[in-house]
Amino acid sequence: MAERTVAVASRVGLHARPAMLFTQAVAASGVPVTIAKAGGAPVDASSILFVMSLGVPHGEEVTLAADGPDADRVLDELVALLATDLDAPDAPGTAAAS
Amino acid sequence: MTAPTVDEAAGGVLQGVGVGRRAVVGPVAQVRAAPAVPADAPLVVDGEVAGPGRVHDAVERAFAEVAAGLREQAAAASGTVADVLAATAQMADDAALRSQVLTRVDAGEPPVGAIDGVVEMFATMFEQAGGYLAERVTDLRSVRDRVVARTLGLPDPGVPRLDRASVVVARDLAPADTAALDLDKVLAIVTELGGPTGHTAIIAGQLGLPCVVRVAGAADLPDGTVVAVDAAAGTVQPDPDDAVRDAFERRRVAQAALAADTAPGATADGQAVALLANIGTPADAERVGAVAEGIGLFRTEVLFLERQAAPTVEEQAEAYAAVLRAADGRKVVVRTLDAGADKPLAFATQPDEENPALGVRGYRLVRSHPELLDTQLAALARAQDATGATPWVMAPMIATPEEARDFAARARAAGVVTAGVMVEVPAAALRAGDILAEVDFVSLGTNDLAQYAMATDRLRGELADLLDAWQPAVLDLVAATARAGAATGKPVGVCGESAADPVMALVLVGLGVTSLSMAPGALPAARYAVRRHTSARCGQIAAAALDARTAREARAAATALVDPEVRTTLAL
Repeated sequence: MAERTVAVASRVGLHARPAMLFTQAVAASGVPVTIAKAGGAPVDASSILFVMSLGVPHGEEVTLAADGPDADRVLDELVALLATDLDAPDAPGTAAAS
Repeated sequence: MTAPTVDEAAGGVLQGVGVGRRAVVGPVAQVRAAPAVPADAPLVVDGEVAGPGRVHDAVERAFAEVAAGLREQAAAASGTVADVLAATAQMADDAALRSQVLTRVDAGEPPVGAIDGVVEMFATMFEQAGGYLAERVTDLRSVRDRVVARTLGLPDPGVPRLDRASVVVARDLAPADTAALDLDKVLAIVTELGGPTGHTAIIAGQLGLPCVVRVAGAADLPDGTVVAVDAAAGTVQPDPDDAVRDAFERRRVAQAALAADTAPGATADGQAVALLANIGTPADAERVGAVAEGIGLFRTEVLFLERQAAPTVEEQAEAYAAVLRAADGRKVVVRTLDAGADKPLAFATQPDEENPALGVRGYRLVRSHPELLDTQLAALARAQDATGATPWVMAPMIATPEEARDFAARARAAGVVTAGVMVEVPAAALRAGDILAEVDFVSLGTNDLAQYAMATDRLRGELADLLDAWQPAVLDLVAATARAGAATGKPVGVCGESAADPVMALVLVGLGVTSLSMAPGALPAARYAVRRHTSARCGQIAAAALDARTAREARAAATALVDPEVRTTLAL
């Protein structure tokens, strides 16, 4: 079982667009991956519903886990994704509320 | 929100909460509700109850079709609407949702019960997480309704195809439903549920559609009934007579004319009243255009929110310069960081304050984090040098003349010469003369002033009647500030929600306020109201409001003195 822990860099946390991009990447990898918050139960990382339900805010750490020959490569790619701000200011639908 | 002016006796008028000021007449198109099927309803194929295998196939196909349909709609849409649809499509496509439903179906559970059970599990998780996620529950349930309908072979719920311009009516609209509307054929949106700050209202506002929410009985209006929808009054009137239709048409023509007027604000006798825009980002400044004479309130905290560290001096200077360039020589008033209370910052505000509204917020952050303010002022000076423009700067939450003096000294030392402060604390309003002796101008924030005058948390909806700029005590504080401005010859502006109320705008002008700053969309109505009254008349309107004993009486007394044509055009 390969594991990685990473702090979520997106400013809105793992919601909305970042959650969508992340779960799409997991599904595209073809490898079953789980995601968990510290002390929480791991859930299916390809499910946007489960991932959003975690309610991970900006800066909180999550742990990804996977098995198999491709696990390390896939986890490295996913960690790089989570360490990026997926909610960049030019992204649609991110206008700040005032 | 304006008080309803509808005759209660008028036949069948439905009352709700309006969003916007427009009015339209058109036929009702009801959005079909979710299929009302019991959880144990069987799937019947060719007159026989289907077994788990066939149910499995039907459910799997339903999920796939719903996801594909939503993706297709998303591809045809743009912007926020496309994002909402894409996110909903991904929920319908969710592997965990689908596999859990199918597992239950394979175990022999009826399809509707299986779908309900799994969706409700996720809905509960979302609701417990609160905030943003709780709002997504409507999307999740709309996926449920679509999948249930497809599985059982029932018509798709949701927005019908519109074959003529219509008033879309629903119990509640999922954002995906709102997004799916054929906008060329939507005249207005009416819902039984929802609130003025909900998804439907926000999207309708973005699309410029008149909208009335919380209208009891709206879902019972038969398809095709012609209704008169008045967002200003928050009413929906079935079968309006010719008089109502004519009045709505006159309002439409008049409001189109208002929006075309971009001349500088002034009373009928030529007293200038600067009409300015409130903005939060450089992009907002770009959008303001010619409708405003400048920026009366640039809320810089938008640059700081949801960040782990303050933006650098370079980053801030770039944003401020972008706003100054967009203003193109017109006035720009920059407000320094207004964080704390309902706008916490990870790197500055204390999370454990017992009474954050009375705590370290706004200018008070200078006590613990002086570098935040000094960096902002340095960035503003850089933007000034880079653009050649000369912005005004003001500090929020000033309570004493010493604070005002300290802020002005810091601003001038940084090289920003025109320094002012916000009057949001009753202490500052009562001693506005002493404050104005230290600074070049003041600007009234009427929301916070009402909050502190009435001891009413701005975020407590159930106390909205207390949190009212028409409260005579709040008007007294505004009048005291304006008097101090007149005595010292210095400008007194208002940059709160109250300036967006055309009647209140007249009261403020009558009290001696010299500029009004508001959401750009509210400017045409304020400009028109001010233009149609002399400064003497504004003085009478203000006096009538100050003489009243209650907020309701103050508004009624002021409105009674407003020119009748203005009342009709603006539906006051």
